Amino acid sequence: MYDTPNTERDVDQKEIKIEARGVQVFYGTTHAIKDVDVDIEDKTVTAFIGPSGCGKSTFLRCLNRMNDTIDICRVEGKIEIDGDDIYDKRVDPVQLRAKVGMVFQKPNPFPKSIYDNIAYGPRIHGLAKTKADLDEIVEKSLRRGAIWDEVKDRLHAPGTGLSGGQQQRLCIARAVATEPEVLLMDEPCSALDPIATAQVEELIDELRENYSVVIVTHSMQQAARVSQKTAFFHLGNLVEFGETGKIFTNPEDSRTESYITGRIG
Amino acid sequence: MPVLWLILIVLVIGAVGFVIGRQKALGSAGGDSRELHSLPTYYGSNVFMKVVVPALLLMVVWLVVQPLMIENTISKMIPDSEIDAGSNLGLVMAEVRRAAEGLDNAVAAGAISEDMARNARADFTDMTTRLKDAGQIVTSEITQPILAAAQQYRISTSRGSLLMTIAVIAVALAGLAWAYMQTHKDFRARNVVEQGVLAILISAASIAILTTIGIVLSLIGNTVAFADLYGVGLLVRELGHEEIARIVAADPELAAKLGQDYSDIEFGMEYYSGWARSWAGLADFFTNLDWAPSFSGRGGASSLGIIPLLWGTLYISVVALVVAVPIGLFAAVYLSEYASNRVRSFAKPMLEVLAGIPTIVYGLFALLTIGPILMSVFGDNTVGWMQGQRAVLTAGIAMGIMLIPFVSSLSDDIINAVPQAMRDGSYGLGATRSETIRQVVLPAALPGIVGAILLAASRAIGETMIVVLGAGAAARLSLNPFEAMTTVTAKIVSQLTGDSDFASPEALVAFALGMTLFLMTLGLNVFALYIVRKYREQYD
Repeated sequence: MYDTPNTERDVDQKEIKIEARGVQVFYGTTHAIKDVDVDIEDKTVTAFIGPSGCGKSTFLRCLNRMNDTIDICRVEGKIEIDGDDIYDKRVDPVQLRAKVGMVFQKPNPFPKSIYDNIAYGPRIHGLAKTKADLDEIVEKSLRRGAIWDEVKDRLHAPGTGLSGGQQQRLCIARAVATEPEVLLMDEPCSALDPIATAQVEELIDELRENYSVVIVTHSMQQAARVSQKTAFFHLGNLVEFGETGKIFTNPEDSRTESYITGRIG
Repeated sequence: MPVLWLILIVLVIGAVGFVIGRQKALGSAGGDSRELHSLPTYYGSNVFMKVVVPALLLMVVWLVVQPLMIENTISKMIPDSEIDAGSNLGLVMAEVRRAAEGLDNAVAAGAISEDMARNARADFTDMTTRLKDAGQIVTSEITQPILAAAQQYRISTSRGSLLMTIAVIAVALAGLAWAYMQTHKDFRARNVVEQGVLAILISAASIAILTTIGIVLSLIGNTVAFADLYGVGLLVRELGHEEIARIVAADPELAAKLGQDYSDIEFGMEYYSGWARSWAGLADFFTNLDWAPSFSGRGGASSLGIIPLLWGTLYISVVALVVAVPIGLFAAVYLSEYASNRVRSFAKPMLEVLAGIPTIVYGLFALLTIGPILMSVFGDNTVGWMQGQRAVLTAGIAMGIMLIPFVSSLSDDIINAVPQAMRDGSYGLGATRSETIRQVVLPAALPGIVGAILLAASRAIGETMIVVLGAGAAARLSLNPFEAMTTVTAKIVSQLTGDSDFASPEALVAFALGMTLFLMTLGLNVFALYIVRKYREQYD
């Protein structure tokens, strides 16, 4: 069932967007990520798969320094985006997060109107000079989030009033609104039904044209459907990383094979 | 038999019932608890409940009703002649109760025999001396009818108590028998016990509600009495003495009713209808801009307008909220968003200690610290705005400090309840901490925070001691926060302390003030609930 990968899989070598070397993460005394090296390409969807607690979400949160908000978390090693070390002392995590957008597991729209949800990031970062600019950004983001047609008549209704799938697309549109270069998605479909999942997956495929997308998922079908590259994490180690087609059809490591065939996990 | 013993007996019967009920249920199932409909404990509880609840309920009702009935019978025994001018039935009855108590104590001390205490033909002078010898205080020399009434009172009371004991124990045993008969392995004891628990919980809730209603009703009665008395005083003063004499002269029927010497007030009570008097009183109470009660004599010209007091209340409360809301809110934001766990676990209890300080201590703080500091800044030596230490600002600041933990503790809980996903979403977009708090956390927590603030406002409005010490006693309508003012609560205290005659409008006005205050805080709380609900609909 995994041997139906995307037919037009792009296998050209692309520019490296994120380069991680020797990343170690500790939660207090727990060693959550052990010596992970990974290269994430630009304009590519990279999927992180692995059993629960294997550290894939933790690693994802290292990429925009969201782990900084957790007191007991400590990150070692080097992560470079476009050649700049994001854990350098001179880097402002706030600026970094504008450049590396994030979508969470559960849709988390703010208790504000749909318009204000989207305009939140642009306002904070001063991306719009006039009200017209802001309107344009909001419309463009909602279109990119593939939700414009559904909400264009009720932009000032609360974002929390949308359905789960719409909320998640709203959150994606919100992340896109700050013009990020990388989009991190932490199990974006786990709270959605199959139809909403299909819509979001389609959206992820479209987003690939402009962004480097990293997605954490529990669904191997989803990884096979949307990603070009796949990384398999197990017990804090990056076991295998490579072309999605290869990982799912001809994995090198026996652990990967066991996981994708359902023997461990 | 003392009530405590009776309760213990009922409980013992209940406990015995618990054990035998449980045993019988188990027995009917052949000792196998799996055969029972419910757990064995439920069968025991069912019996216990049916023994204790009706018996104790009967006891409580009896304890309330019995004195009323005895009082009623005894008061018929007292001839009108016993009630002196200036006294009333209530005072005489109090005398009867004291005498009865004296007799009880004297019997217990052995000064007189039980027979003698019961003997209706006992010589009352002899009795008085014996009572006095026994160390029982008898105010004036008790008269024959009072002594007879007291004796009757004792007899009725002890007979009532005996009857009550018998009735309560009988009910308890009846409950025991009934529940024991019911107990069988197929009896649905669990359902019955659950119903019983529900009934107990409902009655606890109703007691709270009924008490509130009782408080309101008692206030309403006295408020109407105030409006009536105050109104009639105003109306007759408006008419003037000569005019009244003319009206009475022109109306023989009225003159006959009033008799020879009548006071203006008596005239007013006859001449005006109850509605007219109450209306006049209330209208003046709510519109008069002057608060000047006169205690000089009956019917003295008092001005009892609530507006200056309300103004003082609101002014001081606003100052208090201006102090408490920003500080409390900032403290809450710091504690919930910035402080590390160690600081939080230390600082939060410290802040809450402030809430435990008695308000009188805040009053002293206002008087001894805040007042002098304000004087040194705004007093005669500098700008000269402030004449004395007692001022709106003094009390307001002290009250604000008192409210800080209130606001901060409630807001802290509410801010903590905002889901972490909201913060993550905001941080993930590159917002800073303060941006996240301002634009995401506080709006999401707003309904709760508004509720907290309104709750604090209710407390500020009801606060008394800080005002008494810090704000002075002068009722004044002024915008100057450096002047002394007073509040509704402080005036309620001053109107009811000391030798107050409950039949004068100057004393009764306290109830009208209390009623107004009650309605105000009620309105505020209803408004707070409305706001909270409205926002909740929008955010969930």
